[in-house]
Amino acid sequence: MTETAKPIIQIQNVSKRFGKVTAVDNVSLDINAGEFFVLLGPSGCGKTTLLRMIAGFELPTEGRILIDGQDMAGIPPNKRPVNMVFQSYAVFPHMSVADNVAYGLKIAGVKGGEIKDRVAEALDLVKLGGFGERMPDQMSGGQRQRVALARSLVMRPKVLLLDEPLSALDAKLRAQMQFELSELQEKVGITFVTVTHDQDEALSMACRIGVINKGEVAQLATPSDLYEYPSNRFVADFVGSVNIFEGKLTLDEPDKAAVDCPGVGKIYLNHGVTGPHGADVWIALRPEKIYLHVPGEGKAVKAAAQDAPDGYNFARGKIKGMSYLGDITLFEIELESGARIRVSRPNLSRHDQEDFTWDDKVSMHWRADSPVVLLG
Amino acid sequence: MALFARTPVAPLEYSRTLWMRLWVGAVMVFLYAPLVVLMIFSFNDSKRNVVWRGFTTKYYEKALGNDQLVEALINSLTIAALATLASLVLGTLAAVMLWRFRFPWKGAIDGTISLPIIVPEICLGVAFLMFFAAVGWPTDLVWPFNLGAITIAHITFCFPFVTMVVRSRLASFNREQEEAAKDLGASEGQVFRDVLIPHIKPALVAGALLSFTLSLDDFVITYFTSGPDTITFPVKVYSMVRFSVTPEVNAASTLLIILTVILTFVALKAQGVKAIAETH
Repeated sequence: MTETAKPIIQIQNVSKRFGKVTAVDNVSLDINAGEFFVLLGPSGCGKTTLLRMIAGFELPTEGRILIDGQDMAGIPPNKRPVNMVFQSYAVFPHMSVADNVAYGLKIAGVKGGEIKDRVAEALDLVKLGGFGERMPDQMSGGQRQRVALARSLVMRPKVLLLDEPLSALDAKLRAQMQFELSELQEKVGITFVTVTHDQDEALSMACRIGVINKGEVAQLATPSDLYEYPSNRFVADFVGSVNIFEGKLTLDEPDKAAVDCPGVGKIYLNHGVTGPHGADVWIALRPEKIYLHVPGEGKAVKAAAQDAPDGYNFARGKIKGMSYLGDITLFEIELESGARIRVSRPNLSRHDQEDFTWDDKVSMHWRADSPVVLLG
Repeated sequence: MALFARTPVAPLEYSRTLWMRLWVGAVMVFLYAPLVVLMIFSFNDSKRNVVWRGFTTKYYEKALGNDQLVEALINSLTIAALATLASLVLGTLAAVMLWRFRFPWKGAIDGTISLPIIVPEICLGVAFLMFFAAVGWPTDLVWPFNLGAITIAHITFCFPFVTMVVRSRLASFNREQEEAAKDLGASEGQVFRDVLIPHIKPALVAGALLSFTLSLDDFVITYFTSGPDTITFPVKVYSMVRFSVTPEVNAASTLLIILTVILTFVALKAQGVKAIAETH
């Protein structure tokens, strides 16, 4: 990440309407040079439309897009200093791998010898050295994606746009490509803008994430800020798994606050909220931030929690659902009021999953800095 | 049953069941027996050509020595080549237009473009006869311009076939490839040349084959549009048959069959059989 953040892409009040449908609604955001930026959102949220407007395949209904300070209005896709990796990869099936990668250079009128060198360099970069003579139908999906990457990178664009780059790969390959893409981005130093609906992908690759919901930017933040400090219910719910409780702000002081949530009880926080007293707020609590205690530990835990300097959060319930995922186990716990809380627990030892079973009475606690108060 | 007994016949191995083999054999006989008979009797040493009288190749010499017949064949090949070329261009452009753009009356144009395929040939023939008479189409031009009327008529019924095959091929085109090419700097023209044409190439080959053979053996429409100096091969054969079916006609037909088979074979080889099969 560059400290002297200089925007390479400036999106200014851009809207896009298809007939009566508003796909992108007054979006403004800057993407910095050298950054790995991810547009994250559910399908149909307008993130791909935004990407296609940067590439020039769609024109904004309102607003403007600047790339490297230059207004892109009226500049067709073939004249923009950006290149795109398409969701289907769109590798030309009738050209060899080397010809695919060379295509843009040939169009640009680069000399034959230089084309050869740059194609070889680009293929090495995506670890396809020696594959130049192959035809696309002799390659796997993952390899075809690398061809598409090399074909774009060889043009040395100011920005590389990637439309759902990993969606067609299987889970193992996807995880590997996440690392490789980040590594590649650091190596070439080109700004990457990726569109995805997969939050794991976004969190693992991005410098910054723009969460898009219904055509608007819901939050713009680094991956950890997005996860730990979501600014609204949509982001909290969309990124990761979360428990959301509705409540009223009953205590709000500079160093502590409390929210009274019907069905759950009072939830204490070790910081102020600066919201109006008695306001309707929501509490977001991640399942992994809740400690689950084996039966019998409850009393000691409660006593210990009460001694905690920041106040305590304590609850009791019954296990209503369990799903063992290997690395963690997910629990669905029903409180006495009938409200349900999701808790995840890492399986630190090989016998941890044997600690609990259905209908066990359990107690839980979480730290006062774990819940996030959401005002909207 | 030693023929089939080595390994048991699997449920879907129809090609190894006796009744299927017989059925396929029967279909083959039905399709090709008349052609084979025609070819065999082209070597018959008999003027009336009803019973076999011995082997000879003299009717081939006679056919090739028949100036009118050779001229008709050259006319036919010329017309077929011109009609194929024009149909390819027109048909492809029409297919791309209907696939790519939205414009007023698109539905109507889409519907009427295949009309020449549906309208009975006899109607088309009469229509062309009246049309060329009405516009006063000159009939005394020198070769090959005297073939203009026939060629125009042939283009009319050939290009819808090209449009049809090209369109069905375009349906499988991934628009992202077009965008990818543009993204890499290609202009509309370069996209057409480098991405679209290679994709529809099998359809172009198939369309060209269709046009060429349709034009080559068309009789009805040609009959109405040909003048005294513009006899085509099928029309000439017809006029010869009116007197008697001599082995000379058989010999000429055999040559035409061989020519068509060679052309088809070359086209299939050039393109790869698989690619052409994909278009259908």
